[in-house]
Order: sequence, then C-alpha cells, then structure tokens
Amino acid sequence: MTTITTQTITFNVFRFNAETDYLPHYKTIEMEVTSEEVVLDILNRIKWDVDGSFSYRRSCRHGICGACAIKVNGKGVLACKERMNDLIELFGTELTLEPLSIKRAVKDMIIDKEDFWKKHEQVKPYLIDEIDEHPESENLVTPKEEAQLLEADYCIQCGLCHYSCPSLENNESYIGPAAFAAAYRFNADVRDKATLDRLDIVNAPDQGVWDCVKCFECQEVCPKEVNPIEKITKLHNQVFENGVAINNVATRHAVGFAHSIKKHGLLDEAELVRYSEGTVPMLMKHGKVGFKMFKVGKVVMPWNMPKSDKLDEVKALIKSSSTVKF
Amino acid sequence: MEKKLTYALFTGCTAKESTPEQLMSTYAVAEKLGIELVELSEATCCGASHLQDYDDFLSLVLNARNICYAESRGMTMVTICNTCQLNTAMTKHRLDNDPELKARVNEKLAEVGLEYKGTSEITHFLYAIIDDFGLETLKEKVVTPLSQFNIAPFYGCHNIRPSELQNETHGKAENPYNPNSLDDLIVTLGGVNVDYEEKNKCCGFHAELQAPKTAALLTGKALMGAMDANADWMVTPCPLCHLKLDTQYEHAGHAVGRDVKMPVLHMQQMVGLALGCTPAELGLKHHVSKVNFV
Ligand code: SF4
Ligand code: SF4
Ligand code: FES
Repeated sequence: MTTITTQTITFNVFRFNAETDYLPHYKTIEMEVTSEEVVLDILNRIKWDVDGSFSYRRSCRHGICGACAIKVNGKGVLACKERMNDLIELFGTELTLEPLSIKRAVKDMIIDKEDFWKKHEQVKPYLIDEIDEHPESENLVTPKEEAQLLEADYCIQCGLCHYSCPSLENNESYIGPAAFAAAYRFNADVRDKATLDRLDIVNAPDQGVWDCVKCFECQEVCPKEVNPIEKITKLHNQVFENGVAINNVATRHAVGFAHSIKKHGLLDEAELVRYSEGTVPMLMKHGKVGFKMFKVGKVVMPWNMPKSDKLDEVKALIKSSSTVKF
Repeated sequence: MEKKLTYALFTGCTAKESTPEQLMSTYAVAEKLGIELVELSEATCCGASHLQDYDDFLSLVLNARNICYAESRGMTMVTICNTCQLNTAMTKHRLDNDPELKARVNEKLAEVGLEYKGTSEITHFLYAIIDDFGLETLKEKVVTPLSQFNIAPFYGCHNIRPSELQNETHGKAENPYNPNSLDDLIVTLGGVNVDYEEKNKCCGFHAELQAPKTAALLTGKALMGAMDANADWMVTPCPLCHLKLDTQYEHAGHAVGRDVKMPVLHMQQMVGLALGCTPAELGLKHHVSKVNFV
C-alpha cells in the first residue's frame, strides 16, 4: 500500500479579467498538496476554497478533451493528467500557474483560442473526395495504409504545442505544429484527394513548414505523442516527392546539403549560403557578418575546404540511395 | 588504475569550418583530462536536420554509415554539436527499432562493404565529461576556478529535446523544462550559474536563412535574457548556437531594439579555462563577440 504524503506548495496564480482589469496580477496561495493530486485538483480547490471567481476550463477529466491545458512554470500541461508530485520533483515547491498564452488571456486560465482554430481551418483538416452517394461496398482501408497516419490522428487539439512553439510566438502568420499535424493526417489518408492543395498551403513562405525552427518543443510537450515535428518533416518530404517545391531560399537550403555532401562529404557552409541565397543577395545580407567572421578566422577558403575520407564511397551511396530529385 | 576513456570523435562540419576554436578546445580539454579521441575521418555531414527534409532515406544511409565507422573501431561515438547528436541518435533509434528500415539501409551500405549493427553508443562530449569522466574527478583538476564570473548556460534544443530520445541514447535525459548539466558544470568549475528564462529555448539557427525575422528575435531574446540576468558571458555545448549568438548580435539587436552583444564561449573553452589551458590553446581569438577577460 502506498502512503499518501503532503507538502506545502506556494502557488503564484495568474489572475486577469479582460472586462475589468488593465493588467494581470499574480496571487500567492499556499496550500497543502497531497501526493495523489493532479493540477486540476488544485484549480478546483482554488475556486472552491479560496476564490469563487477563479476561472479555468475543464471537461472530460480524462486527458481526452484538451480543455484544461495550462502552463505550470512555463511547461504546458493537461491539468487533469499532470501529477503534482511530478511537477514538484521538476520545479520544487514554488509553482506558477498561467494560461497557455498570456497575451490571449480572457479570464484567469481561460484564453481565446480563435487563432488556433483559424490555423486549423486553414489547412483543410477534413477528408476531401468525390463521395459516391450510393456505394455498393464499404470504403476499405488496409492496416498498412492506416499505419501511414502514424499518430497524427491522436491529436485532441489541446493547443499545448501551438502555444509552446517559438516560431508561432514570434510570427503570427506561422500555421503551427498542431495544424501541420492535421494537414499531414489528411495528406497521409489514402482516401483523400487534396494533397496538392494542402501542400500549397503548408509550403508557402512565412506561414509554412519552412519557418519551423526545429526546436522540438512540440514533440516534447504533446500529451498524446502526436510528434508534430515528425509530421512537419513528412510534409517537407511530400513537397519534394510531389515535385511542388518552389525554387526558393528554403528549398535550396535543404537541397544544398546533398550537393555539398556529394562534393566534400562535409558541408561547405559558405557555399551553402551562396547556393541558397544567390551570390548578390548573400553578399548584401551576410557580407558584413561574413567579413567579421573572416577577420577572426571563422571562414574556410574554398581551397582549404576539408573533405571526408573515402569520398568515393559517399558518392556511390548518394547515387544509389537518393530517392528524390529537385 | 582507472580505465582510459576513449571515444570515436564525430567532429561535425562546423568545428572544421566556422568554429575552429571548438575543435582546438575539445582536443585541449581531452588532453588535460586524459581522454583519447580518435577522429572519424570518414564521417560525413549529418544533414543538420535539413537534408532530412529533402531526402529522409538518404540522410538515414549517410548517418548510419557514420555510425558504422564508430562501430568498426569498437568505440562509443562522441559528438561536439547538439544537432549532430540529435540526428545521429535519431538515426540509431529508428534503425534499432525498425528491422525493415534497418534492412533497407543495410542493403545500401552493403554496396560499399559496410553494415550497420547498432553496437555503438552515441554521446555528446558534454555528457562524456559529466557522466563518464565525472564532475567530482573534474573538480579535482580545476586549477583556475571561474569564481569571478557570472555565467549564463545556453543549452541548445537538440541536446535536451526530445528528452525520451536523449534518455534512450545516453541513459540520462536533461529535464527539458529545467535542464541542469551545464549549470552543474559551471558550479563544478567554481563559476556562478545565472538563471534566465531563455536558457532552454531555441536560438533560431536552423531558420536563419528561411525565416530571418523569427531567427533574429529568438537570438535577441536569448542574449537579452542572459544580459538582464547579469551574465558576464554565455556558454553553450552547441557550435550552431555559438555561431548564432556570437556572430548575429547586430541583426538580433535590431530585432529586439537593444544592443545585445556579449561573449559566447563553447563548453570546452569554459572547461579549458578552469583546467589552465592557455587562451591560444582554446582559440579564444576566433570569436566575433570578443572574449576580452583573459
Ligand atoms: S519544432 Fe517547429 S513547429 Fe515544433 S515547436 Fe519548434 S518551431 Fe514550432
Ligand atoms: S499535437 Fe499534441 S499538443 Fe498539439 S494540439 Fe494536438 S494533442 Fe495537443
Ligand atoms: S479536462 Fe479534458 S483533457 Fe483535461
């Protein structure tokens, strides 16, 4: 039998009411927390025992509706799933409870998720096909075809990844990990006929997959193991496989790696920038920094470019293992 | 007598090109600690997470080939770049967990007489020092404690996320929301570790060409966070983070509306300073944001 233990925890609770407050404030609340509790128990106790006006969302209490998502010390959690003990082990006994996005706070833990749903809508997250009104048999999908969806189907649209994504935080146009995972989900579905439409959307500069900074925050935070960045990589791959890559900085940057490795084994870093940007834009954009790097010995001259040993082997492998063309 | 630590060194590309000081300081520190490094001279670029976007299978084959050469030497592979660490570890994870994929990759490798077996471990030099060499032993070797410095650790994404993979690869993941390896290292070397929000955030390196605005904002915020925490300098285990923070301060400063320049040392340079290596051995003159305190 496990014994229940208790600890005193100091909570800094984000309080804000968009209707009456100009700025948010943090209320300090001390509480005895038992080892059996999850974050939602604490939210409930704040409302029931401390201040009835405290507001938050919850519904299923089983980690399947995504309503209760908040941040604790910056870590996105589903309040109904996250054990207090784990958080205490992670951060100690002082915990800050905040909504997923402070700038979108409406009341306390409740945020306006409109941007999240709009981004979702943007990628057409539904099956698109001509439907036979009077089918003679079921539309069967084999287990192997179903497996192509990977875990993209498990998304509960909690928004944890979306509001943890630094790319989105710094660029409002960026579509974001959850919507990309949804785009992949339908592109990977053999019954769907709108792959190219969706690739057009996710391939566009500023909003699309090329603006991902590859921080893996979305994979780390997702409570359903959807692994959005893996789906983003798959969307990148689909762009090339379907031959719809636009010839621009982003795509040339990816392709440039293959060229460099073929030539040197290693990456020719300066040449990669030139290949991606073009000579004149490169000089205009990076000339000043490049010169500073040159002055301190951070630039290798083309004639000194290091090469991998057994380059013939690398060339042979690139020849036989390449699966796409640009 | 203690067993000598020996690793197959995967240098990655950056240490051979834009951050020569990182390679120099790696060797200088290894020598001080009696760690033997055998360079994987056959290794290619790991694809840095971009080749993977273009041709996933090709990137698997090339990364598997790199691991083959560590295996053929019977050694653990040690990386000195977070992104090399992640891409290599991810390749190993995928091949070790998918026999069909492993067979497809091995079919290609067989054409050049190689076979990926999955026998080599992969770790980053940071963890080789902390976990294999040990912080206690390292402490005994410190000759110049870094006690007059406030040092801001900057972890870099690819060593700390995805934590599950890191756990699987070297048996001990950082806590991605509250990482501690660099902090512990700083304290062991006698320095003061400063805490700031951006220490486990992204520097923006991988989107610098494609999304320059986002990248500059991320770099600016990281530098600003460290400055506001009163850091004298920053330290990172990733040469890509180093490049971004060391050379891009001007764009970053414009993005955040502030002058945000400060020295950014490689983890190896910091260790080397405490172990009594000379500035020349550590390549301290190869920084754009000048290291002017030695
Ligand atoms: S990996 Fe890309 S999509 Fe995921 S959180 Fe980071 S920037 Fe956003
Ligand atoms: S991908 Fe994961 S974290 Fe993102 S919205 Fe879906 S369930 Fe939540
Ligand atoms: S209440 Fe439904 S996921 Fe937490």
